[in-house]
Amino acid sequence: MKKIILLFVIALFASNFVVPGDGDKIPTATVKKLDGSKINSNTFSNDGKPIIISFWATWCKPCKKELDAIAEEYETWQKETGVKLIAVSIDDIRSSAKVVTDVKTKGWKYEVYLDENQDLKRAMNVNNVPHTFLINGKGEIVWSHNSYTDGDEEKLYENVKKLVKGESLSH
Amino acid sequence: MTKPYFKSSLAATFLFAFILNPFNFFAQENNPIQDLGSSVHGNFQIDAQYYNEDSLIGAPKVPEKFLSNAFGNINFIKGKFSAGVRYEAYNNVKQGFLPQYKGQGITNRFVRYQDKLFDVTVGNFYEMFGNGLTLRTYYEPGLLFDNSIDGIRIISNPYKGITLKGVIGKQRYFFTVGPGIVRGVDGEININELFDSALAQMKTKIILGGSFVSKYQSAQDPVLILPENVGCYSGRFNIIREGFNLGAEYAYKINDPSSDNKLSYKYGDALYVTTSYAGDGYSFLFQGKRLDNMSYRSDRAESLQNLLINYLPATTKQHAYTLLALNPYATQLNGEIGFMGEAQYKIKKGTALGGKYGVEITVNYSQAHGLKQYPVGDSANARTLYATKWDFKELTGKTHHVDSILKNGEYIMQDVSFNDNYRYYQDFFIEISKKFNKKVKGTFMYSHQFYNRNIIQAGSLNAGYKNLDADLFLLDITYKYKTGSALRFENQWLITPSKNVVTTSNGVGKGNWATLLIEWSINSNWYVAVFDQWNYGNPQDGGHSFSDALIGITKTKPNDLRIHYYLLNAGYNSGPHRLAISYGKQSAGIFCVGGVCRNVPASNGLSISLTSSF
Repeated sequence: MKKIILLFVIALFASNFVVPGDGDKIPTATVKKLDGSKINSNTFSNDGKPIIISFWATWCKPCKKELDAIAEEYETWQKETGVKLIAVSIDDIRSSAKVVTDVKTKGWKYEVYLDENQDLKRAMNVNNVPHTFLINGKGEIVWSHNSYTDGDEEKLYENVKKLVKGESLSH
Repeated sequence: MTKPYFKSSLAATFLFAFILNPFNFFAQENNPIQDLGSSVHGNFQIDAQYYNEDSLIGAPKVPEKFLSNAFGNINFIKGKFSAGVRYEAYNNVKQGFLPQYKGQGITNRFVRYQDKLFDVTVGNFYEMFGNGLTLRTYYEPGLLFDNSIDGIRIISNPYKGITLKGVIGKQRYFFTVGPGIVRGVDGEININELFDSALAQMKTKIILGGSFVSKYQSAQDPVLILPENVGCYSGRFNIIREGFNLGAEYAYKINDPSSDNKLSYKYGDALYVTTSYAGDGYSFLFQGKRLDNMSYRSDRAESLQNLLINYLPATTKQHAYTLLALNPYATQLNGEIGFMGEAQYKIKKGTALGGKYGVEITVNYSQAHGLKQYPVGDSANARTLYATKWDFKELTGKTHHVDSILKNGEYIMQDVSFNDNYRYYQDFFIEISKKFNKKVKGTFMYSHQFYNRNIIQAGSLNAGYKNLDADLFLLDITYKYKTGSALRFENQWLITPSKNVVTTSNGVGKGNWATLLIEWSINSNWYVAVFDQWNYGNPQDGGHSFSDALIGITKTKPNDLRIHYYLLNAGYNSGPHRLAISYGKQSAGIFCVGGVCRNVPASNGLSISLTSSF
């Protein structure tokens, strides 16, 4: 019991100093590119412009809805803000072969990575998909959102624009 | 009994305290461009349910009335070091999970160091070698699956393109560890990265890999000489060229008598092949596998989802909708042969058929069969072993088969006429998705499923079930009436020709089903939904007797089993936080994990789920 109390004390202590998700760097985990090579998540970058990291799976209907909705606007988003979307699939070996076929059939222009044993998912404390993170130009996590409702992508983009302008973000 | 295991967690906690000393935080704030920085992340989830007894649907009486599962993770990162702990609490564990999850404690803690050359983890870790045929440890909180290894892992990249891994430890077993020691090494070479020359620029990418895993468990069987060290090795390759992918892995395991294979001394092996081609707007995918006697656990006496070392994925379509997923397939660890093929095509927007937004079509076919088994006499030891053969065509003939092998030369030999007995699963599936305009989009699905309940659910050909052969239809329409607000309508049907065929795992569900869901996303924070799953085709044969005191006779009146399983849902999402509440009845279901299916009883009550991450 003592160690549990100690743990909670530490957690409380820690939370006083760290605002949730504010300014933390992307944790390190190895993910796979679609060409089979491996890359560390701490090398995700977009030349000082914002990054959206979206956790999804081929069997997750709301995830695909969200990525489909963004795909329609993605060109405009990129032109206006330079934002890049990184889609991290948490499919395990049962369905990870479907990631490339889904992405190509749908014609998504995102940077796609496989997180087959969910190392990055665990490192970023994602409970369920879809879970979307917004990363600022310095590579710091500044916003996150779980679940998807039709129209959420518009809210996400509002925050991307605010981030580019240096305004504070809303949930 | 479990105390010694937790002692080490105290040491880990002190280490976090050290990492977390306040000066580090101030230092971080003063120096924001510090290379990797320091941070604290975490998440937690609480699932609780209040249970009502409901004998009609088969929801048992829960003495505690209220049950809850909860966990919380905290991860600390400081430069090249990271550490984490997970606390889990079951007071008591919810219905449908293994009862050994009882009480609370620290179930996972680790310290990790990573630099360019080395990645060392001490404590609990999750690892996968290749496709997982020899070793895969992972964590799935929703299913309470966690086979993490508690020990040491070293990953090294000694040269570009080369990854070497070594692991040793014991696996998590509820609140302690299992008896067996797991050791393993894995190597992977990315040929293109290895050479600076033209190969690095080549469009064709080649990756080769191999692994060796061994488990040790002492044996004191009075009759049998059991192998204490069981080795399992595999080789694999991947060839990728633009839209083309081909990958295969073959694994071999030496004899490993266990309760899974009824103490068979036969070797085990598995072949897993996957290939795909994807172009702009279309794709093809094929996956095939054949496995024989490949259950691999760090305790030979274990069953269910416990202490599995390897992972044998099912090569069938993974469904996400209620009725389509009502009868899910799970890999049969003792032997099966199966494949899945899928084609996807997107009709381009602006064409006559595609309309303004295009149409997406998916066609999928998958099936799984048992292996044909031959008895092999071992006269020297008065035992019968079995041999297996892979053959689809022979599945129609009549032959002798050994259905089980017992200790001391006893065995049951059966004359099995194949028919559907060795056909485990079949699924033909079509999905058509179309966006009609800015506001309305819809999905239509059709699936024909064949499900061998005797094998998949009961693990025996003689459990006495009739096989399920059903047509399933689904319509899902979303109407987005303004930004962030939508109505979703979902309708599913399960239609089976024989009314008496069992359709849920507890036998209450029989015959046809229909579901209706209406979900209202009020804004991006709030949603409410009503769901009704109706077993309208049930032949209502759940009779019971009652006495009529007035006229002094006992009558039998059948219960109406055409039950409506209604469910009310409401939820609130904000950023990384989510609260969901539901009230109503849930039909019995099957949870499949790690190649094993578990029954989840029906329930009636109020459930609450809170999840958050930071």
